[in-house]
Amino acid sequence: MVTERRWKKWVFFYIPLTLFIIGTLFPFYWMFITAIRPDAELYRSWRAEQNAPFWTLHPTLAHFQDLMAKTTFPTWLWNTFFIAVASTGISLFCGLLAGYALARLRFPMAGTLGTSIFVTYLVPPTLLFIPLADIIRNFQLGNTPWALILTYPTFLIPFCTWLLMGYFKTIPKELEECARIDGASRFGAMVRIIFPIAVPGILSAGIFAFTLSWNEFIYALVFLSSPERKTVPVGVVSELIRGDIYFWGQLMAGALLGSVPVALVYSFFVEYYVTGLTGSVKG
Amino acid sequence: MKNPIAGGAGGAAGVEVALPHPRTSKVQARTLLENERLLAALLLAPAVLLLGTFIAYPFVMGVWLSLSSTTVGTAGTFVGLKNFGKVWNDSIFREAFWNTGFYTFWATVFKLTLGMWLAVLLNRHFRGKRLVRASMLLPFIVPTVLSTFAWRWMFDPTFSVLNWSLYKLGFITTKLPFLSDGAWGLWCAIVVNTWRGMPFFAITLLAGLQTINPDLHEAASLDGANGWKRFWHVTWPLLKPVTLVVVVFSVIQTFSDFQLIYVLTGGGPANSTHLIATYAYQIGVATGLLGEGAAISLTMLPVLFIVVWLQLRYLRRLENA
Repeated sequence: MVTERRWKKWVFFYIPLTLFIIGTLFPFYWMFITAIRPDAELYRSWRAEQNAPFWTLHPTLAHFQDLMAKTTFPTWLWNTFFIAVASTGISLFCGLLAGYALARLRFPMAGTLGTSIFVTYLVPPTLLFIPLADIIRNFQLGNTPWALILTYPTFLIPFCTWLLMGYFKTIPKELEECARIDGASRFGAMVRIIFPIAVPGILSAGIFAFTLSWNEFIYALVFLSSPERKTVPVGVVSELIRGDIYFWGQLMAGALLGSVPVALVYSFFVEYYVTGLTGSVKG
Repeated sequence: MKNPIAGGAGGAAGVEVALPHPRTSKVQARTLLENERLLAALLLAPAVLLLGTFIAYPFVMGVWLSLSSTTVGTAGTFVGLKNFGKVWNDSIFREAFWNTGFYTFWATVFKLTLGMWLAVLLNRHFRGKRLVRASMLLPFIVPTVLSTFAWRWMFDPTFSVLNWSLYKLGFITTKLPFLSDGAWGLWCAIVVNTWRGMPFFAITLLAGLQTINPDLHEAASLDGANGWKRFWHVTWPLLKPVTLVVVVFSVIQTFSDFQLIYVLTGGGPANSTHLIATYAYQIGVATGLLGEGAAISLTMLPVLFIVVWLQLRYLRRLENA
């Protein structure tokens, strides 16, 4: 072990790390404290004698109650969840099959196909949203969840395919060969032998895809128009602001509630999430 | 799960032979699936179909739109490069293009340096390491739109907590114009983008750091190399490949960013903080000039193309190495 003096450890380790933690987490604290602070305390001039800027003297749940009772927020939550689950499901299905084919089967153009799927991952949604909006209109999908369920996989499939392909490559070929010798078909060996082993990889890809769908903004903004069809990010932007007036208490309550599901999923599967993240980068 | 290898004798093949009249259709289907090329085509079909319909087709369509005078509600005619010419002479677009480069460059520099620093810190052993690592990823997990609202509230002209703190600490005597001044606004966006993207850099680089054998550091320090030297001569060369990939991803994401600016400044004040994507939205969707909007979007292509090309060349080099 490399040893060091005590003061050095403070200067080079404890202090910087503490600053990183504060900087990273303060906005979340501010979100929370704003959400439970009554309006009378929120809107005070910054030069006024504030008795408690960083906490609140009269915590209230009024903003949450307003959000749940007076706005369409619960519907947005449900929409976001449904769209995220459906598009993740489709992407995992396509990614599993495609990833297996690219990792295991020999066929002409395999390299080219793999590369082009990878390249589509690098095509940002902001490059395509205008023509896509036109296409969605022509397909009569405008303002339906299907507009998003079918377009989200465009940035999820490449990721899932790439990640699972890498995962399949780590599984020894002998397993399939044994199954084939025992009379299993190619397809049977894939479904019965390889997919069950790949469950950790599938979980990683799934969780990651779920958070990406939950996060998506521009397609949801452009393809959906009526308030009851919107997802959380779009609903918060378009419905909780009236002209120039921001309902900060409600906005922060909404931001908090909208983040809870992804944060929960993430906290249960931190390891898988990190694997997905780093696996996608290693390629 | 039943052990597939031990269950050999009574496997599918045995059953198949014992059947007096196997159904021809079933057998045909099975022999077809045994064909490697056909199976590959079938397995790839769903992914290719979806990507073709919603990426390749819109891409072609986008190129056509950018060369036409299409607006919402009217089919346009072919106008050649007129849209691009108009866009190029548009001072707001030029500013947006410049902003996009500026924003991408500085945000990436900060994300890389801070992310690297954080990764080195998290790579050490301390109590509560797991919890700190997990919580550090939060900005990356939480939907950007929602966390950007928290920042917008922190930068609020009247009730900014940042202004209040700086004032109380005696650093400033008048309010800082966080979002009410174009140059300030762009820097604020860079700060928020850095805050959001840094964890991604940190965690990925940390994964890279963990593959480095500590004996190397041990040996270097025995040779008298201090912390800095060890980082530059031991850590950095080994981290280069991972770093390059992360930077490429990040540059693409940052260069094509939309939601952060949309929420934080909306491109304002007076169109001074637009990025290419937010301006394309304003012209193409909010104003309804589809042709022009598509042309603005497509101006991102050359930069993305160069970045992707570099990335692919690098991957090839790795495979051949």
